[in-house]
Amino acid sequence: MVTIWMVVTITFFLMHAIPGGPFTREKALPPAVMKNIEERYHLNDPLWKQYTDYIQNLVRGDLGPSFKYQGVTVNQIIAESFPISAQLGLASLFIMLFVGLPAGIISALRQTKWQDHLAMSLATVGVAVPNFVVATLLMYIVGVKLGWLPTARWLSWQSVIMPSIALAGYYTAYVARLTRSSVLEVLQQDYIRTARAKGLPERVVVYKHALKNALIPIVTYLGPILAGILTGSFVIEKIFAIPGLGEHFVASIWNRDYTVILGVTVFYATLLVIVNLIVDILYCFIDPRIRLGK
Amino acid sequence: MADIPVSGIHEISKDKFTPLPARKKDIADISRPSVTYWGDAWRRLRQNKMAMLGMYTIIFIILLAILGPILSPHSYSDQFLDKQGLGPNNEHWFGTDSLGRDLFVRVLYGARISLAVGLVASLLNLTVGVLYGGIAGLAGGRVDNVMMRIVDMFYSIPLVLYVILMMVVIGPGLKSIFMALGLVYWLEMARVVRAQILTLKEQEFVMAARALGASQARILFRHLIPNCMGPIIITVSMNIPLAIFTEAFLSFLGLGVAIPMASWGVLASDALPAIRSYPHMLFFPAMAISVTMLAFNFLGDGLRDALDPRLRK
Amino acid sequence: MKNILEVKNLSTSFFTHAGEVKAVKDISFNVGIGEAIGIVGESGSGKSVTSLSIMNLLSFPGKVINGSVCFAGTELTNLKEKKMQLVRGNEIGMIFQDPMTSLNPVYTVGNQIMESLLRHQKLNRGEARKKAIEMLSLVGIPGPENRLNQYPHEFSGGMRQRVMIAMALCCKPKLLIADEPTTALDVTIQAQIIELLKDLKDKINTSIILITHDLGVVAELCSRVIVMYAGSVVEKGTTRDVFYNPRHPYTWGLLKSIPIVNADHKERLIPIDGQPPDLLNTPPGCPFCPRCDHAMQICAQTQPPLSQLGEQHLAACWLLHPGAPRVERGR
Repeated sequence: MVTIWMVVTITFFLMHAIPGGPFTREKALPPAVMKNIEERYHLNDPLWKQYTDYIQNLVRGDLGPSFKYQGVTVNQIIAESFPISAQLGLASLFIMLFVGLPAGIISALRQTKWQDHLAMSLATVGVAVPNFVVATLLMYIVGVKLGWLPTARWLSWQSVIMPSIALAGYYTAYVARLTRSSVLEVLQQDYIRTARAKGLPERVVVYKHALKNALIPIVTYLGPILAGILTGSFVIEKIFAIPGLGEHFVASIWNRDYTVILGVTVFYATLLVIVNLIVDILYCFIDPRIRLGK
Repeated sequence: MADIPVSGIHEISKDKFTPLPARKKDIADISRPSVTYWGDAWRRLRQNKMAMLGMYTIIFIILLAILGPILSPHSYSDQFLDKQGLGPNNEHWFGTDSLGRDLFVRVLYGARISLAVGLVASLLNLTVGVLYGGIAGLAGGRVDNVMMRIVDMFYSIPLVLYVILMMVVIGPGLKSIFMALGLVYWLEMARVVRAQILTLKEQEFVMAARALGASQARILFRHLIPNCMGPIIITVSMNIPLAIFTEAFLSFLGLGVAIPMASWGVLASDALPAIRSYPHMLFFPAMAISVTMLAFNFLGDGLRDALDPRLRK
Repeated sequence: MKNILEVKNLSTSFFTHAGEVKAVKDISFNVGIGEAIGIVGESGSGKSVTSLSIMNLLSFPGKVINGSVCFAGTELTNLKEKKMQLVRGNEIGMIFQDPMTSLNPVYTVGNQIMESLLRHQKLNRGEARKKAIEMLSLVGIPGPENRLNQYPHEFSGGMRQRVMIAMALCCKPKLLIADEPTTALDVTIQAQIIELLKDLKDKINTSIILITHDLGVVAELCSRVIVMYAGSVVEKGTTRDVFYNPRHPYTWGLLKSIPIVNADHKERLIPIDGQPPDLLNTPPGCPFCPRCDHAMQICAQTQPPLSQLGEQHLAACWLLHPGAPRVERGR
């Protein structure tokens, strides 16, 4: 809660610290029109009143009207575009978990064998190459040269493939590396030796005793990873011309549409706070040493 | 060494049973020669081929970025309207862009910007981050609590989001990128240093220094921070590529440096609309970013392996 | 006495980047049915590697390079992994040094005990649970029904070691290898654990190999002792032989470094100077030579053989050679 409030406050005052309002044009508007507009958006109220009004509306879940698009509220923009971004994000999360985790585990178990070298070479490249490079290269090779998949927009299920791969790329590689080192470290632990000394088959030792412990550090990184997928969507949605929330956010920065910038930032902050809460709960499930409410 | 009774051994001459002269009891003789932490780390870094490759690549890129534009006959902003979108050739090694500007020089200018961003980020890490974390860790108690709560609150929101907001307020440009980085890029370092200091300050050598009447500042700078150098270097080496990536990311979104300046993100972004006709415009900046990031990552991984005391043999 | 375990000429090395580390060099010993023997030595003397070699649990780059381990008539060193798994935990149980890290933190204690039972004994879950409760109360854990559902972090160090013992003994193994079972515990708890092992040895009639650097613990529990130094056996014999008639200077040193609380006159504890040798490049001659007060020319050149001193008493030292000067154990 404190985090959200802090984000709201900082963002709010930052937005109002900008010289020149959203209605500053190259050709100055007639003062009467200007005054009219300011009246409508309460821009001539004292700053603290604007702030308290905003907070009050926020508590009711109202993020206010867009400055740029007449008659459209920020809530509408989010409601329209967020589901698209959410699909993209979930697809990326799916790729990350179902490619990154197994790749890391296989690497650890086949340490220094070819599977390990292959997976880790790919992961190193994956961590180093920025997502917009991956996205543009994918678009050029698969979309333009080969023509297998649509290069832009959000039309069919095929549209989700390339963007989600580009978005997931870095984090898949990251999770694979993290999983590998985590599994390797856990396999060194005394309790793994205990499990082996009990005569358990290697399969049980790895998948029961090692894996659950190895997942702990990965769960801790889930928060930052999800935050990264979220910001990654800004650039991916731009490249593939996907009408998601990230694209709207970037557009609103260009348009100096302050209420949208403010509203979307608040929305993102809330989303991340909720995600971190879920991660914390997940963490308690996986690690009995951590108790909720501590 | 089987169980042979003593009588089973052939005769051994008497003089063999005389006591050994001057006993060499000094421990140094028995144990291995000691290796200093930094000597050992440097040795292991040198053994790591990928890390060395990364380091040489970085040095090469730095030299190229400094000298390249001076030596090249072209400038990054000169437009040749008769040479639009040329492919790589003898005169323009990387070809030209859709305005006829030499891409090689533009990519090198991009390298300057990226490296400058990396430099600024690492300086911030080393000054603000180390100091903030150091003070919080050393002070402890309520001061530490408040200082770290602030960091935690910033930390739960992605850094890029703050940087974007800052860019909105200050307006695009290289200076704003530096300022935006300055506001947020020391957070991780602060956390790392504080965690280190919290464990270090409980150790005896700090107690000893305190007992000898060393001031807080002296303890921090002479005793604690030098002992955190390993994690500090690792964090810096991980944060440089992150900062370079952030700059490219912002420039790609159009929030970075202003035209006609060229950063890699801008070059890649410019290439996007023309991707069907001039794919080389995308290829070279993309290559440059990827190679630089790879080099920093290799070096960073190598440093981490070399400096992590848990991995010492 | 019939032997449950016979170890002959066992050698184990670790093949590291720096070279071959000879952790265990040509050691032989046996354990009788229902007998408890002790293996003592400083850290790094190869005690734990010996136990891991018996269990076939050496991890890369460790490898048994020579010798045989014969358990109840079965050769273990070349046994297939699948077959070995049926021996581990079922016929040979093992307890480790640090109970804080030897239990898996994310599973309940009950889960970890029952796992062994479900794997080796033909029990269903209910029976395994009952058996686990029985084992917990056998090792002296109060309220076993509730304790079963708790996680390791909810137990104290001593209690965790009891859980480890319950786990190692739940399938009634013929041999229990206890690798420094008391080292990580408080002194008062140590005595309790040794008492428990002594008690259980008779109750389930299991043989015990007790690995420790604490001679006091050995005297308490074991009938025979093997003293190891730098991977080799330097002296072995009955506990009585080794304690009252030690013949190797290293054993003398070990005995001198035990505090005696009830001594009539105040004695100083005498440590053994220096450190164990680097097993990476061992010099020729006796490994103890650089630290030995009685070292002779030959000690620096040739390794001493094991000399037979009594029916079961052996020691490897040149002082035992008829040509050597007589040296009395100092005290």
